[in-house]
Order: sequence, then C-alpha cells, then structure tokens
Amino acid sequence: MSLFANRIYSKTITSLPTLILFLVVILGLNISIIYKNYDFIINFSYIIVFFWSLKKPEHLGYGLIFFAGIINDVVQSLPIGISCLDYLLLSAIGAFIRNRSIMYNLIYDWISFFIAILIVGSVNYIILITIFKIPIVYESLILGLFVTFLIYPIFFKIFVWIDNMVLIKENDKKNR
Amino acid sequence: MGRDDLVISARSIFLNKGNRRKFSLFTLIILSIIVLSLEYFKTGPINQFRSVTKDAVFKTSYIISLPFLTLKNTYYGVSDLLKIHEENKQLKIIDLNMDELKFQNQFLKEENRRLNALIEEKNLFSNNYHLTKILLDQNSPYLRSILINKGFKHEIKIGSAVKNGSYFIGKVVGVNYLTSRVLLINDLNSKIPVIIEPNGISAIVAGNGSKFNGDIEYLPEKNQVEEGHIVYTSGADGIISPGIPIGKITIIDSKKFVKFFVDFDQIKYVKVYFKK
Repeated sequence: MSLFANRIYSKTITSLPTLILFLVVILGLNISIIYKNYDFIINFSYIIVFFWSLKKPEHLGYGLIFFAGIINDVVQSLPIGISCLDYLLLSAIGAFIRNRSIMYNLIYDWISFFIAILIVGSVNYIILITIFKIPIVYESLILGLFVTFLIYPIFFKIFVWIDNMVLIKENDKKNR
Repeated sequence: MGRDDLVISARSIFLNKGNRRKFSLFTLIILSIIVLSLEYFKTGPINQFRSVTKDAVFKTSYIISLPFLTLKNTYYGVSDLLKIHEENKQLKIIDLNMDELKFQNQFLKEENRRLNALIEEKNLFSNNYHLTKILLDQNSPYLRSILINKGFKHEIKIGSAVKNGSYFIGKVVGVNYLTSRVLLINDLNSKIPVIIEPNGISAIVAGNGSKFNGDIEYLPEKNQVEEGHIVYTSGADGIISPGIPIGKITIIDSKKFVKFFVDFDQIKYVKVYFKK
C-alpha cells in the first residue's frame, strides 16, 4: 500500500467511532420497530456514545457528540438540544464509571449502560412531556430502551474489535 | 466512596477538558440547555437562523444518504416490477369497462359542478401543487413525518395538504426556507376530518403509529359503516380539500379502522398544495 493510501486508511480507522456516530444520526439509522402496536426505537447512538465515552473518550470528543446531537434533533424533528443533552449525560455517566472502576468487563459495562440509559430516558421523557408537550407512549420508550440494552453486548464486541484495529494503527504510527 | 472523592470525580468529569478537547462537558451541557431554551422563540431572527440550519442539515443528510437511497429504491423498484408483471397478467383477464367508468365519472363531475353552482358554493381550496421529492423519511416513534424539497420560498404554508398520487398522506406542519416537514396521517398527533362514503358519515381519522391502519374517532354510535367503505377527507377544517381518498374501512376484532391506500415505505414523490 502506498504511503498516501496507508495514511488515509489509518485516518479512517482512527476516526471510525466518530464516523459511525455521524452516519447513524445523519441517516437516521436508529431502527424503528412495531411490535404489538408498540412502536419503539433501537437507539444505536446511545450505545456508541456510552461505549466510546467509557472506553476511549479520546476517540469521540464532547464537541463532536454535541454536534451529533444537534444533527439528530434536526433530522428527527425533536426540540433542538434534547439529544445533545442526552448524549452528554451519557458521556458524563460513562466518564464517571471510568473514573470509579479499575477492572472492566462486559457484565459490569452492561449493567452500567442499563442504569445510564434509564437516567437519560427519564430526563428525555420528563423534558419532552412536561416542557414541550410531545406525546410519547411511555411503554414504547421503555421497550426501546430495554431492546437497546439487550443488544449492547453485540455492539460491545464489534466496538472492541474496532478499538483493537485503532490500537494497531496507532502503534504502527508510533513505531514508524 | 467519600464525599471528597465524589467531588474530585465530578470536577474531573465536568470541568476537565482533557487532551485534544476544546470544551469541557459542563460548558457543553450548559450550551445544550441554552439551545433547548431557544425553542421557545418561534418567530424572529432565531427562528430564521433555525430554519436555515435545518435546511443545511436536511440537504447534507440527503446528499450523504443518496447511495443508501439508491440501494433502497433499486430493491423496491425490482420488487415493484415483479408485482406489476403479476398484476398485468391478472388485469388482462379482467374486463374493467374503463370507458363506461370514465363517462360515469365525467357525468358525476358535471352534475356536482351544476349542483354547486345552484347552491352558490365557492371553491375555497387550491388546485395548485408542486410535485416534490422526499428528502428524508424518518421513522421516529415520536413523529411519523417526511421532509420535502419545497419551503416557504415555494409558497408552502403550514396546513397544506400533501398527496401521493391521488391519495391523501398528510399535511405540512413545519416550513423552512427550502424544505418542509409533512406530518403523516399515521402519526400519533394527526387528526384529519373525514367523510365515510357511501353513507356520508363524518368522523375523524387519528394516527396510531401503525403504517397500515388508522383509528376512527367520533363515529356515531349507531352507524352503518361497513368493511370496504371508502374514507375521504371532508374539508371540514377549511384547509384540506374535500374528497381526497385516504383508505377503506377494515374491521379488526369488531373495531373499525381505516386501511390506508398508500404504502408509506414506498413514497418517493408527493404533491404539496399551495395557494397563490
């Protein structure tokens, strides 16, 4: 591979978390599912923000998270600022857990993620219902959060694999 | 965990910028709250700025989603082609009497025009429309909506009716300079006054989030609505033209619903009506 191609590849790999988050919010890839009259959404962006804030915050800056939130609000037609607040709260919880823990494992992360999305979901619900009077079906919100929680391990594995790729590229850069 | 530990942790999380970071978490959370509170202003320069920002995001989003849209459209195109092939085979067998139906339709239109003239009914509704492309269709559980490529530059106003082919699909709820948001009829917030033919019963079609069926509200207790009856817009709100077909009555577990004529997943172009 030529030096230029190698540099582009390396840059793409190290920016993958940001690219994935922006693709999800710009294309509205959060999947909406209808099950027994309950319409709920699997929020991939929550998983991305939480995982990278917890594991490698240097790959996903707070400014970019804020910007992704603004785009998500515009695309989803939510009050502008609500997703920024959600994502930043998730980042804060992720950072808090990172500060307080010594050992990481999937189960610990998974439970932390559950608590984090419950807090964020509650804040989201309270703001949308009380201030903006947007009718949200409570069961749909809870179902969406629960399914997002259930699929976390799959994305955990994928992101760990991406993280390893990033690590290899960064080591290559240092050794060059 | 000691109180001091907690304070140190909180300070480190919220106030430290860290490496390669320009903003602290605290600054950005405050900024989010400020941005959120700006939603209060629905007019003036803030609203104009918001409108321009939304246009920019929608256009960018549309450009980025083009390859994905092409893939999706190709898939639906191929499946449509197969369906049309099958349909064509069946239609060749059926005698539709198209000429007879055409004359009958012409006769009814003329009769309707004469009767309207007799009661001095004025047509308050506009027949001008833009055929426009859908920029984005969002499947948010909070909002069933689509974004169209026309805004207040093209004289689109809030409340304008939107059709897909001959069928009603929703109304405009937000207008930016170059783009608008259309609230689909299946959204939880959507309430459209309708008339159910052939008996002329008035009711309201309310969205329930389902892309197949809508709820019917305010039906008279003793009604003669049966499966297969057609639901049209009634025009009772004074904004949406009357007589636009929406769907037909379907009965599920002895409850009446409207089965929409439109497949909301496959809308690519829509007609949006405007007044000059």
